[in-house]
Amino acid sequence: MMALQIEQLSHSFGGLLALSDVNLAVAPGERLAIIGPNGAGKTTLFNIVTGIFRPSAGRIRLLGQDVTRLPPHRRAQLGLARTFQITTLFPRLTVLDSVLLAVQGLDPVRFTLHRPREAYGHLRERAESLLAEWGLADRCHAVTGRLSYGEQRQVELILALAGAPKVLLLDEPTAGLSPAETASVAEMIRRFSRDTTILLIEHDMDVALELVDRITVLFQGRVLAEGSKDKIRSDPEVAAIYLGTDDA
Amino acid sequence: MKTRIAIRWAAALAVLIALPAVLSSYQLGLLTKMLIFGIFAMSLDLLLGYAGLPSLGHAAYFGVAAYTVGLLALRVANNFWLDFPAGLAVATGVSALFGLFALRARGSYFLMITLALGQVLWGIAFGWRSLTGGDDGLPSVPRPRLPLPWPLTDGGPFYYFVLAFFVISILALSVIVRSPFGRALVGIRESERRMEVLGYDVWRYKYVAFVLAGLFAGVAGNLFVYFNGFVSPSYLNIVFSAAALLMVILGGAGTLVGPALGAAVIVFLENVISAYMERWVLVLGVIYVLVTLFAPSGLVGLVRQRLGSHPA
Repeated sequence: MMALQIEQLSHSFGGLLALSDVNLAVAPGERLAIIGPNGAGKTTLFNIVTGIFRPSAGRIRLLGQDVTRLPPHRRAQLGLARTFQITTLFPRLTVLDSVLLAVQGLDPVRFTLHRPREAYGHLRERAESLLAEWGLADRCHAVTGRLSYGEQRQVELILALAGAPKVLLLDEPTAGLSPAETASVAEMIRRFSRDTTILLIEHDMDVALELVDRITVLFQGRVLAEGSKDKIRSDPEVAAIYLGTDDA
Repeated sequence: MKTRIAIRWAAALAVLIALPAVLSSYQLGLLTKMLIFGIFAMSLDLLLGYAGLPSLGHAAYFGVAAYTVGLLALRVANNFWLDFPAGLAVATGVSALFGLFALRARGSYFLMITLALGQVLWGIAFGWRSLTGGDDGLPSVPRPRLPLPWPLTDGGPFYYFVLAFFVISILALSVIVRSPFGRALVGIRESERRMEVLGYDVWRYKYVAFVLAGLFAGVAGNLFVYFNGFVSPSYLNIVFSAAALLMVILGGAGTLVGPALGAAVIVFLENVISAYMERWVLVLGVIYVLVTLFAPSGLVGLVRQRLGSHPA
């Protein structure tokens, strides 16, 4: 059984074909990078996998189950998590409150309304242990919107990890970060549990190559190349796209 | 910290219990009205302050409860145990129905749909004269007779009757907003998309909040028709809905106590100003502008700023 299987996926916005006949299979525990120039359809692919968009055609299986028609929250309940390219954190909540929301999202008490949240100590314990594990414990009472950009990225990753996801989609986790911040975020990703299957969209080739086992190249909505890091590195077509020597 | 908060609440309650001893019957009536509108404003705060849903039709649930109780008490039976639950049931039912439509939209579209739905009820109350009395409203709605040693027709006992509902409402709402459900509403207000991918069925949260807000608005509507002995279409229309929004914003959205304070201020000002001029709506508008400019997080926000504590 594949952790994530995408079959003949196509998606168009109006007349614009964003994804065309994309096939992709990711094994449990595997780490796959999806690379490609701007507009290749990488984020659209993530939006479809998480259920934010419904695809024009094709099928998505998560851990063997067809989730093509499930809403985002149901997919999250099945063990799918993601980060966003544009930070959509809870800017006015504290770091601890944000992580509590993430922890609570997959907990049976998430819909309880007759007792205050403090009555459920296990939520706070889990949130605090996550923050301690990822080195943000001292920032737990800071308002998220006032954190540095790099710290916000760390919060973003912690929110995605809170539910111990089986499949994790990371949309450009190092975009806009300084080299030092990039290194610390990459280090964080390297430490993620090997049980978590990871799909990573990354512009920084060095970061991508260092973190993943396998690479898929998307170009103009299609899978252009797929394979091991060495294979992709030596692929002339990929080189052409990245060096801009083609006339497409 | 916790005991300090408990002491503050107990002190506030003690003041509310003691106040009738020093107030004239006219002032006591005003205070009763403040409490009723306080419940109404807090119910809207659940939507606006916590879920981030700006309803401009919240008078609908207040008004429909008031009309239900008024009609039943006048035409069927003045039985508290029948009329009061019926008012709540109708308010809840109408909000459950309206929520299905309103929650298809977001932001200013949500605002417009709630406004339109509210005006539909206003139109019915205005036009269906044989049932609702049209523009004249329903006069002479009697107060309930309860097996209490003090008749509710007296201002003092009725005040305590309302105070009991006020205390129950504020306790219930403050548990709700602190519960996992209430915290999730705040998350939805801040970032709906994020909440979806964290596993929250966002629509369901918003819908339950919408219906709960309708229920508590119904509590206020029920109490109001008993208090006022009269209800007219003006308690269903947009001016009243807008006044409720203003109570919430003036007091401080997302604080519960703030909107109750805001309601008290608005009731007080309306009372004072109406004695001198007819342009109450104009005054409401001026207040709105002033609050937006000088106290965007409301009276509670101003106080917190002074005390240097950050928002919840």
